[in-house]
Amino acid sequence: MEATSILVHLFLSVIHLSSSMADISCMDEAGHPVDWFVIYKLPKYIINQSAGLGLNYMYLDPSNSGWKQSQYLINMTESATGRTLQQLYSTYHSKEQLAAKKKRQKEREALGDKAPPKSVPKTIENQRVYDETTVDPNDEEVAFDEATDEFSSYFNRKTSPKILITTSDRPRGRTVRLCEQLAKVVPNSHVYYRRGLALKKIIPQCVAREFTDLLVINEDRKVPNGLIVSHLPDGPTAHFKMSNMRLAKELKRRGKDPTKHSPEVILNNFSTRLGHSIGRMFASLFPYSPQFVGRQVATFHNQRDYIFFRFHRYIFKNEKKVGLQELGPRFTLKLRSLQKGTFDSKYGEYEWVHKRHEMDTSRRKFHL
Amino acid sequence: MAAQRCHVWVGAETGILKGVNLRRKQATNFSEFNRGQEISEMCWRQNQVLLGCVDGTVKVFSTERGEFTEFHDCSGGEGPFRGLAAYNSSLITCTESGLLKVWKEDSTDQVQVGRGVCRMRQDPGRPERVATGGKENDLKVWDLQRLQEPVFKARNVRNDWLDLRVPIWVRDIQFIPASDTIITCTGHSQVRIYDPSCPQRRPVLEMTYDEYPLTAMSLTSDANSVVVGNTHGQMAVLDIRKGRLLKCLKGQAGSIRSIQCHCSLPLVASCGLDRFLRVHDTGSKELLHKVYMKSRLNCVLLTSRESWEEDEECSTAEEVKEQGEEDEIWASMATVTDRAESKRTADLQVTPKRRKRRKQMSKDA
Repeated sequence: MEATSILVHLFLSVIHLSSSMADISCMDEAGHPVDWFVIYKLPKYIINQSAGLGLNYMYLDPSNSGWKQSQYLINMTESATGRTLQQLYSTYHSKEQLAAKKKRQKEREALGDKAPPKSVPKTIENQRVYDETTVDPNDEEVAFDEATDEFSSYFNRKTSPKILITTSDRPRGRTVRLCEQLAKVVPNSHVYYRRGLALKKIIPQCVAREFTDLLVINEDRKVPNGLIVSHLPDGPTAHFKMSNMRLAKELKRRGKDPTKHSPEVILNNFSTRLGHSIGRMFASLFPYSPQFVGRQVATFHNQRDYIFFRFHRYIFKNEKKVGLQELGPRFTLKLRSLQKGTFDSKYGEYEWVHKRHEMDTSRRKFHL
Repeated sequence: MAAQRCHVWVGAETGILKGVNLRRKQATNFSEFNRGQEISEMCWRQNQVLLGCVDGTVKVFSTERGEFTEFHDCSGGEGPFRGLAAYNSSLITCTESGLLKVWKEDSTDQVQVGRGVCRMRQDPGRPERVATGGKENDLKVWDLQRLQEPVFKARNVRNDWLDLRVPIWVRDIQFIPASDTIITCTGHSQVRIYDPSCPQRRPVLEMTYDEYPLTAMSLTSDANSVVVGNTHGQMAVLDIRKGRLLKCLKGQAGSIRSIQCHCSLPLVASCGLDRFLRVHDTGSKELLHKVYMKSRLNCVLLTSRESWEEDEECSTAEEVKEQGEEDEIWASMATVTDRAESKRTADLQVTPKRRKRRKQMSKDA
């Protein structure tokens, strides 16, 4: 018993000498630091046909008045020994690792300016498989294709957006509030109750009333989980999966309500041809006004095929520093399919369909 | 020259005709961008490609010269062309509104086929017969010499188990060679075989594939199976004799607009809305070539066997020529042993094949 406590004391003193890391001390069963503890490991016993494991132990530390059998086994991480040793494992660098690191540092200092640049750590975005549909900004054919596609009337300033926001039938509280907040984010938008009408019947009426886009938020079990964006006269329809939706009042450190100014739109990282189409579809929801009024910005950030929507108010404190206040709802979208033509899931022609078993085989291949 | 090396011809929605050389995986544009002249139909006429554009013009492109030779104004009905064919120096066009017109040098014959036509095809064995079909417009076979009445008019199948009329939507038609039968695929995912020589006007065989509309179809080189594609990008090889699914060809992500099987090799080329041209092997289901074209594609045509072989012979001839020069250099130097010489010539014969194999191995999936 005394041997174990002496050993533990020795450990601590050794560590003090060799590294100047944060305080390491003995830990008790609950993870609180103690000055010392003593452990007596019970042998493997057999009493009246019940067998012990051989890993139970009795525990004694300054706060206990006597020996106490521990609820843990001696080889578990939650035991007193486990917790104490864990601190050592996490801070201990093997001798070889330390020596190699010192050598590299010396070489770098010796070379001075001629030192090779520090190698960049590999991330999934760095290792992304090159997509051959990545749009080259100088490509004439793609530029022509985009100049004459279904969104060209918006980008040529011939039409200004008018959005209809609706939901699946019988929406519950969260979805209704999301629609109201989206109506404040997107200018010139109108929220209508669905009333169980078929989308194929709603669309001709929207076209007759000069709506340019239809947004349908699909709800399942009181939670919005899908979004359909259909560009109206005869434009493409994108179907997204929606996740991680937070209403404005659920956000921490939120700013005041959004004002009626048109927000700026930021589209990040839509690099492939499909990404370009989706990016243009989002851009065409907002009025085209390069003269920004009001300091609100809506961001669609694409990373690894997930599109993150955020709505902020910004203020430039000086040329380099900017302050951000998150205002409106936030959600994450993932594209499921892009269909040519207005909503017709049964007979419509699809431009891109997400096929999990064919497209998700590589962790480094993304499509947007 | 570049036009002669192209294995596949593709027509795009932006009005561009593209020729693709699959060995080098290069696509060259042979026309200008013009969305008003979107190519809706393409067909062969000996060594020329006939293009039907949305605005009613038919252009003739010569693959030998690599340029457009003729322009015909074939406007008539409304809607884009749904069928294009050549017969005895006259052109046959069919528009979506149902106007089937035969354009001879000085006169035209026409007949109204019915509205909503989705496809018009010519029988390759008997070029005077064409078949038309569309939405609520069942299969009709016409003889171009007697355009007043169809030779064969199909009848709709019996009412289904709820006693409801089965809707008709013929999307693509193919004639089976060496027999009278016609095979159609519908927008309600059915594949049907009709036999005009039978007294029965209803389909002889019917099968369904998946739940999405079938958009394109092509017969394989042995006429026992057919490759179909649907709006979800799924392609399948179906057996005609028994009516069952043989294989599925994977890879396409968008709606398939056109499928073309090679007339003798087990190859299938397909193009669609996802802007890729894919060539599969029908035997092993393997994707052989995948080429990115920057616009949505509407139609595809394959060149026949002869030009594939010529291309290979051309490249081997060039390689043999280069090695011939090297041979002269070696021959002018003093020979060391006879055995070394024979080894070298043996190596030279082997390298062309090795180069070919290396090229085939370096393709992307």
